[in-house]
Amino acid sequence: MQIHDTPTLKAEARNLNFYYGEAKALKNINMPIYDKKVTALIGPSGCGKSTYLRSFNRMHDLYPGNRYEGEIRFFPDNTNLLSPEVDPIEVRMRVGMVFQKPNPFPKTIYENVAYGLRVRGENNKRVLDDKVEHALKGAAIWEEVKDRLQDLAPNLSGGQQQRLCIARALATDPELLLFDEPTSALDPIATGAIEELVHELKKRVTILIVTHNMQQAARVSDYTAYMYLGEMIEFGKTDEIFIKPQDKRTEDYITGRMG
Amino acid sequence: MQPMTTEQIRVLIARGKLKDTIFQAIGIICLAVGLLVIFLLVSDMLMRGLDRLNLAFFTEFASRRASQSGILSAWVGTVLVMFVTALAAVPLGVAAGIYLEEYAKRNWITDIIEINITNLAAVPSIVYGLLSLGIFVYAFGFGQSILSAGLTLALLILPIVIVSTREAIRAIPAMIREGSMAVGATRWQTCRYHIIPYAMPGILTGVIIGLARAIGETAPIITIGALTFIAFLPPVPFSATGVEGVSAGLFDWVMSPFTVMPIQIFNWTSRPDPAFEVNAAAAGFVLMGMVLSMNAIAIYLRYRMRKNIKW
Repeated sequence: MQIHDTPTLKAEARNLNFYYGEAKALKNINMPIYDKKVTALIGPSGCGKSTYLRSFNRMHDLYPGNRYEGEIRFFPDNTNLLSPEVDPIEVRMRVGMVFQKPNPFPKTIYENVAYGLRVRGENNKRVLDDKVEHALKGAAIWEEVKDRLQDLAPNLSGGQQQRLCIARALATDPELLLFDEPTSALDPIATGAIEELVHELKKRVTILIVTHNMQQAARVSDYTAYMYLGEMIEFGKTDEIFIKPQDKRTEDYITGRMG
Repeated sequence: MQPMTTEQIRVLIARGKLKDTIFQAIGIICLAVGLLVIFLLVSDMLMRGLDRLNLAFFTEFASRRASQSGILSAWVGTVLVMFVTALAAVPLGVAAGIYLEEYAKRNWITDIIEINITNLAAVPSIVYGLLSLGIFVYAFGFGQSILSAGLTLALLILPIVIVSTREAIRAIPAMIREGSMAVGATRWQTCRYHIIPYAMPGILTGVIIGLARAIGETAPIITIGALTFIAFLPPVPFSATGVEGVSAGLFDWVMSPFTVMPIQIFNWTSRPDPAFEVNAAAAGFVLMGMVLSMNAIAIYLRYRMRKNIKW
């Protein structure tokens, strides 16, 4: 295996500001996201990490009064994801998302995973079957559900639901996968399964994950960014951030003196 | 403050529970009043009309002799008018509700529309009758027909359908909508695959509640000129018309004159001959039965459809 000392860029936030109406929620954020790596966003509640994450798939566009300034450059094509000329639907076709609370649709397991493909106009049963199976395997849930694909998804356990949501996002082969505190509603065993999965997934997709849990960030991520009050305080390799943080505020948070 | 002794705690709880009991008793009494009134109304109608409640009552037209009068034209008219009403009100109301919840931008125009829909629900039904007399009966030339009546009642229940559609949509958690949009769905795809199916039980309930209101409306139907006495049925599609070689078209019935249950009842109660009061009571009982069974269907459908929708 090759060692990447200088990993390629997948995305980069440049002078990113974000406003909820008048309130400024993100302040001049600059940060790289490296290809096929896991980048964790940590920080106390209300620091803007979820707001930042949801900028990557233009989720804020669903609600009125939200405003972006600056850019998120997406590579290799150097598209500005935040440009008004770029359709948010195009962005969401390339950037998948897994939410804080598992949110399967009240449909069958199969239809949950097939949904993203159907949205793209895929109706061929054989293609759908193939991709659904592939996505469920990718999300490490195939063995548990292969005999009951026609069962209703909300009847699964919380951890299974979350892995199903990951499969739903994977089915359409996103380039970047966003995780918004994906384990905060799960028990430790389900959490472990998700963490293992994140580790496995970075072979095929770039991952950006928000987490409340610093041990989780340390376990799953290659890079970590510490955010505080809408600012990016520190970004670096996860080992360096946790062992030798440069900023006093990062150190305070990591050592539990604040947060 | 001193910590309380066990004895004091028990006294405190007993006092609190007494209020519980009192409120419960008041609640049950209030509930009983409502139920009792309905029960008395229905059973009174049933007892008075029992003599006339037989099969012939449903298969005979109204007649000058009370004992031979039936509600055939009235119940057929009611069913057909309700059919037209549902056909017009459901697509309009559901589409309007979806637009307002999922598409419309929040600004002063939508605010005004919203206030107007609420006001529309409070407009007296006779005003809808006057409006329809001008628009449907005369301007559009639909005449005093089933079509005019159906459209009139559709306008009347439109606000109910819109409001219940919106409420049903609002009950869908934001995370479901976000989950759909996050895979790259358009608004319409989200509506078609998620919002409409998940809102369906609520929409259906609203539609049936609306229809149950419309079925008893008398004033607007009289205003547009429904007949009070009618001894024929609207033409069945493709049936013979009496003219050699000409059969009725598929939609001829919508232009037919008609009467409906409440008008038939009103007509009978205004007759001087007390024998007709028996007919009125029997017809009233049948109308009550129609409304209650519609509500029962609504409850059943909602229960069945909601079983598979959870988040």
